[in-house]
Amino acid sequence: MKKTKKMIALWLTSALALGTLAGCGGGSADQNADSTSAADSGAETTAGGSSAPASPSSGEGAVYYLNFKPEQADQWVALAEAYTKETGVPVTVVTAASGTYEQTLKSEMAKTEAPTLFQVNGPVGLASWKDYCYDLKDSAVYKDLSSDDFALIDDGSVKGIAYVIETYGLIYNKKLLNDYIAMDGAVITSADDIKDFATLKAVADDIQAKKDDLGIAGAFTSAGFDASSDWRFKTHLANLPLYYEYLADGITSTDAVKGTYLDNFKQIFDLYITDSTCAPTLLSGKTGEDAASEFALGEAVFYQNGTWAYNDIKDNEVADEDLGMLPIFIGADKEANQGLCTGSENYWCVNSKASEANIQATLDFLQWVVESDAGKNGLAKEMGFVTPFSTFTEEYLPANPLVAAADEYVKNGTVSVTWNFTTMPSEEWKNQLGSAMLEYAQGTGSWDSVVTAFVDGWAAEYQAANN
Amino acid sequence: MDKAIKRYFPLFVLPTLLAFTMGFIAPFLVGVWLSFCKFTTINDATFIGFSNYAKILTDGTFVHALWYTSLFTIVSVVFINFFAFAIALLLTRKIKGTNLFRTVFFMPNLIGGIILGYVWSLLLNGILLQVERTLTHSSVYGFWGLVILMCWQQIGYMMIIYIAGIQNVPGDLVEAAKIDGATNWQILKNVTLPMVMPSITICTFLTLTNSFKLFDQNLALTNGEPSNMSELLALNIFSTFYGRAGWEGVGQAKAVVFFILVGIIAVTQNVLTRRKEIEQ
Repeated sequence: MKKTKKMIALWLTSALALGTLAGCGGGSADQNADSTSAADSGAETTAGGSSAPASPSSGEGAVYYLNFKPEQADQWVALAEAYTKETGVPVTVVTAASGTYEQTLKSEMAKTEAPTLFQVNGPVGLASWKDYCYDLKDSAVYKDLSSDDFALIDDGSVKGIAYVIETYGLIYNKKLLNDYIAMDGAVITSADDIKDFATLKAVADDIQAKKDDLGIAGAFTSAGFDASSDWRFKTHLANLPLYYEYLADGITSTDAVKGTYLDNFKQIFDLYITDSTCAPTLLSGKTGEDAASEFALGEAVFYQNGTWAYNDIKDNEVADEDLGMLPIFIGADKEANQGLCTGSENYWCVNSKASEANIQATLDFLQWVVESDAGKNGLAKEMGFVTPFSTFTEEYLPANPLVAAADEYVKNGTVSVTWNFTTMPSEEWKNQLGSAMLEYAQGTGSWDSVVTAFVDGWAAEYQAANN
Repeated sequence: MDKAIKRYFPLFVLPTLLAFTMGFIAPFLVGVWLSFCKFTTINDATFIGFSNYAKILTDGTFVHALWYTSLFTIVSVVFINFFAFAIALLLTRKIKGTNLFRTVFFMPNLIGGIILGYVWSLLLNGILLQVERTLTHSSVYGFWGLVILMCWQQIGYMMIIYIAGIQNVPGDLVEAAKIDGATNWQILKNVTLPMVMPSITICTFLTLTNSFKLFDQNLALTNGEPSNMSELLALNIFSTFYGRAGWEGVGQAKAVVFFILVGIIAVTQNVLTRRKEIEQ
């Protein structure tokens, strides 16, 4: 009896121990085999290390791209599969959920199988990752770049390369606007009449007053302050007062903003929250999807967003030819010539701490993306990107009506507003500003705290980030 | 038998010990070390001494999160234990369908925190819509939202523990009390309560630490909005670590302080309620 018990105990223990070991083994085997899924258990890998390629089966390194843009998540996966089919090199694409890129990147980079290709959003983003950026100055993808304006160059080395040029403004629904113009007492006779803030406000106020006759819920889509939407205001809208201040002072970045144009900022923001589809007290819970669907279903006329939003709004109530874009007028001087906001905050960086083989595989992949027909097609046609690469000739312009609208503005000789928000001192600054804006909007805070967050917050965060 | 256990002790303990070291002790030590470092990714850190700890206090959100968490913990511990005990008392009476009720009350506990948070944010936002508010309108809404959520989730679990405790109260004691002419209230106060003291110890311990360490529900329900005002300590640590470039070490230092706080509270509570327990 005693002996049997002993035997059973021993047998159970060894079974347990074996089970544990088998668990580990299974984990790493899985990982090597399944390269298209997220590499989410990197710590236990056996093939990793710093010199061995992540996937021994191919023997040529592997690519792991941590993508920033959820709008194009599926297209990137498809493009990666096409590349793997053509060359046999495994490409993993993982897309961070909206608004969580930095934290996903931070935890992914700590893993043995870290992303070999990741993104930073500009000079400020680069500051925290520059030790991880491989110098791209000899890479094919840098040579294909049409201008150095689209590269992040730090101490003579090329740390990041922009791969998409984007434009944002006030997307509007031409059909609804024309419906409004056809009504008695409309304050404009054509969309081209909106050339300054005063007109924009008059139109929006009037549309809001007649919303029931127009069968819509409001002039502007909800200015939601959920994390999926608040960047439209705390970053993109806040760019406008910043742009005009930089312009007036003739600078391109600063350690302390003055807030010269904050009254204008208040004007436009007031317009967004009063002529809106919902009560301002509900804004804290409104998401980016809410705003997109309101616009796509024809419940609102104006929607502040950019060319990337096309994927979210197409194939709904709003026909492609009804999509137009207006500059975001804030009532600053010289407005008549103001164009849309154009720039990039998407820079590719290659992880310098990845293995040689993986770096090479990544560079090859990038070259394929910007040079091969399949790659160019994927980027321009499937994802709808306007790229800064010279390899993208005329036929590789995306079929995106918003991009066409943006092009028109440039051709008409307006001056594009640059993306100065890449010089905002930190994410924390944006968050503080966003919170202050929300509290102002819902009536629990005053505009003064928005000004404080904008001006004092800038100085404080700049200090904190640069010490 | 004893001898055999002693002889095979290392063998039996080994797998668990290994797992415990890999999964708990090692990360904990690394974590403590990292709190003295500046780093972007955790395998690439430079030692900088105590400056992370100094930064904790300059960051006002931590202090706010601390008292917000304390308040939340007190309120939810009181509510959860009171209602759990009350329901347990009811369901140990001879009522029809006791088992059904027990199951139903226990079920919320089987749902994960994140899902619960999203479901409740939908529900509560739906109700608040009537008065044109949302949960993230102010930290007061978030606070009571969290309390409601936690009560809903935890009461069933604590109820099961209390039921077990109440059922273990010896029938002869209750009977003797009855014969002595004790009222129901006196029986509850002088017989049942002292006898279920071990359950009370466990339940207060669980609710106290659960509330203090609450994370998923907080993340899913309000995510700290507005302006980090509805942020509990665990979420505050998370958002410091991941939300601010260059503040990873500070987040780590906060986590160490957090560990010490939870430790102190849990041990104190345990000593206090243990003292009230009596031998059967």
